[in-house]
This record gives sequence, structure tokens and C-alpha cells, in this order.
Amino acid sequence: MSISVSMNVNGKAVTQACPANTTLVDLLREKLQLTGTHVGCDTSQCGACTVHMNGRAIKACTILAAQCEGAEITTIEGLGDADNLHPMQEAFRECHGLQCGFCTPGMIMSAVDLVNREASLDETIIREGLEGNICRCTGYHNIVRAVETAARKMRN
Amino acid sequence: MYDFNYHKPSSIDEAIQLFTDLEDAVYLAGGHTLLPSLKLRLAAPTDVIDLAGIPGLNGIDYSGDDLKVGALTPHDDVSTSPVVQSVIPALASLAGGIGDAQVRNRGTIGGSVANSDPAADYPAAVLGLGAQLVTNQRTLNADEFFTGMFETALEEGELLKEIRFPKPEAAAYVKYPNPASRYATVGVFMTKTSEGVRVAITGAAPSVFRATDMEAALNADFSEAALDGISLDADMMNEDLHASAEYRAHLCVVMAKRAISQI
Repeated sequence: MSISVSMNVNGKAVTQACPANTTLVDLLREKLQLTGTHVGCDTSQCGACTVHMNGRAIKACTILAAQCEGAEITTIEGLGDADNLHPMQEAFRECHGLQCGFCTPGMIMSAVDLVNREASLDETIIREGLEGNICRCTGYHNIVRAVETAARKMRN
Repeated sequence: MYDFNYHKPSSIDEAIQLFTDLEDAVYLAGGHTLLPSLKLRLAAPTDVIDLAGIPGLNGIDYSGDDLKVGALTPHDDVSTSPVVQSVIPALASLAGGIGDAQVRNRGTIGGSVANSDPAADYPAAVLGLGAQLVTNQRTLNADEFFTGMFETALEEGELLKEIRFPKPEAAAYVKYPNPASRYATVGVFMTKTSEGVRVAITGAAPSVFRATDMEAALNADFSEAALDGISLDADMMNEDLHASAEYRAHLCVVMAKRAISQI
């Protein structure tokens, strides 16, 4: 079944025709060419596909595009660009919070939601808050440092 | 996943009518069990009925005697709700321990309960607190709701609308989580009510169940020591690569003692 879905992606209104079984991440990557959102496991475990839907972090591999009708979607491309990095992106660069970089877009989207949600952060809260994101380079220490650094900047 | 027809009804009546008319339909709530099942082709429905367009199924209300949680309420809303945290803190804590942050933003209480996964957390709260489950056609007691592995008393097409939790005197939920998935290897929801102690155990057996021997012992003496002589039958336990049946039986008592220590 072909359907038409309309949503707002990174501030732009988008209407796309797609099969009903299209996931959000496939719509973003294949139809909108927003390939910053990655597909790691495709089983809602690794978090590489994390985007924001109406301000909340979700796994874009485990939601149909159809379920996002009318929603506000923000992907890593909507967070900042090369000339104007978001404080979280800046902090990942400063703190060497990435190695191969595959998990990074999802980590950053989760981390931004975490900072927005939690009134105060410590290492335990950050580690628990990022449980839905897996880094197979295992570079977690610097990721935690990056989130701590960004949180300070985002709150100033 | 195979293709399907997608429907988004705007009322419960319309959803039920669609389910009745269509060949092989499923309801879609948060989709965090259904979509992975569709990808694995464990399920291949002809039609998916998305419940998200039906008003009134999402929300938390404590204006009457019971804490009412709408079936489409995501786990994160339950876990962060000041109302739930104050009325039944153990329920908020349980919801905050499901999966991870992204899963809690999408997964729903009704989806979890209607799915009756043997390792899911919410069934332990529903049975442990003696909740009532309101559907489009009747109200069911938790004691009659969970009938087996992925089986409930819901009839074909029957739709869970709301779960009503009575406020307990005290309650605690302690689980031994699978380190990867955070599903319960064993989870014990312990409740003290004016009518006695209720102990519901998830993760251990094909379906959530009440540990009646523990309840009898704890009604006589509510202490960790009261469980010293209790052992659960390993023959009724699940066994997989994460934990043997004997280990699960052992964990039931250990988790129950930890729950007592939190009350």
C-alpha cells in the first residue's frame, strides 16, 4: 500500500509518498537523503538511528514513517552545520568523543535530549541516560566528558 | 517486513470496526514489540491499525480512588509523572527501568500489558497491585487477565483502554535485569494492601504469576526471614542462555527479599 506522509523535518515541511511499511529512518535516508542518521542494528538496540520527534529522542528504525504524520522531526543535520556546530557537536570534537564516528549522530541526539530533560547531570545520570546508544569502539569515557562539557555550555 | 495496509482511526468504534472487517489486522500502539516482530516476519498482518489518532487513550489521572493510566501512555510519562511518583512510586520506578530512554519515549503501558511478554516489567505491576483493566467492552481483574506466554484474556479485536491501579499501603519492584536488553530475568513486584500482601513475579515463568506461598508466609510475618524456607519449583521456570531454571527459581526469592527490604 502506498501512502502519503507529511511532517516537518529540520524546520522544513515535507510530503512524501512511500510504501506503508517504510520506517522513519528509511524515509530520512532513502527519500530525503539525510544520511547523517545511521542504521546500526535495525532492532532498536544500538541507537545509531536516534532522532527527535516532537522534542523527544526516539529510535527512527522502530517507528513507521506513517506514525510521524504531522510530527516535528529533528535529525543531526538539523542540529547544526559545519560552520555553526551545536554545543554538543562542538564538545564531542573538543573531547574526542568519537573514534570511528558511526554511533556519533545517535549519541549526540540522545545527549541533547538528556541535557534538555534532566535538571542536573552527573556521570551516573549520563551513563544511564545513554544506555540506548552503543559505541562499538567503546569510547564511552570521552563521550561522557563531552556530554558534561556540552551541558555546561548549553546552560550558560 | 512485508507490506501492509495502514489505517489510523479517530475513534475506538472505528478501530474495532476496522479490526472486524479486515482480513488479518493488528493494533499498533508504541510499536516497540510489533515493529521488531514484523521485521523478523514473526508477524505478517494484512493491515495495521494505528491507535495514536484516538483521543483519550493517553494520560494519567488521580482524581478518584484509583490511579488511572491510559493505554497509550508512554513509559517515560509514567516514570516522570509527579502524580505517579507520589501515589505509587514503585510504579514510576518500574517504568523508568524499562529498556532505555528512547524506548521509554515510544513504548506504551497498554502495548506492554496486552502483549504479555513473559519478561516484561509492567505485567508484574498490574498483577502485583491488583489493577483493573478497562477494555472497550468490560473491566477485567489483573488476576484473570494474564493467561499464558503472550496470552491474555483479551478477546480477538478487544481493545485495552485504561489501567486502574489502587493505591497500595506500600510497594516495591526489584528486578534482576538482563544486562543487554534490561528485560527482567526475574522481577518481583511486592505490594502491601489492607487485604494482605501480593507478590507478582515476572521474567521467571511463561507468564507473570503470584507467588502464593510467599504471600502466605509474608501475611504471617512480613520479614525477609519469613521467606527462608520458601523455594519455587524449577520445573515451572523459564530456561534460556541467560539463566537456568534453577537459577531463576533462586532469583525469585532473592529479589523478593530485596523488595521487602525496600518497603
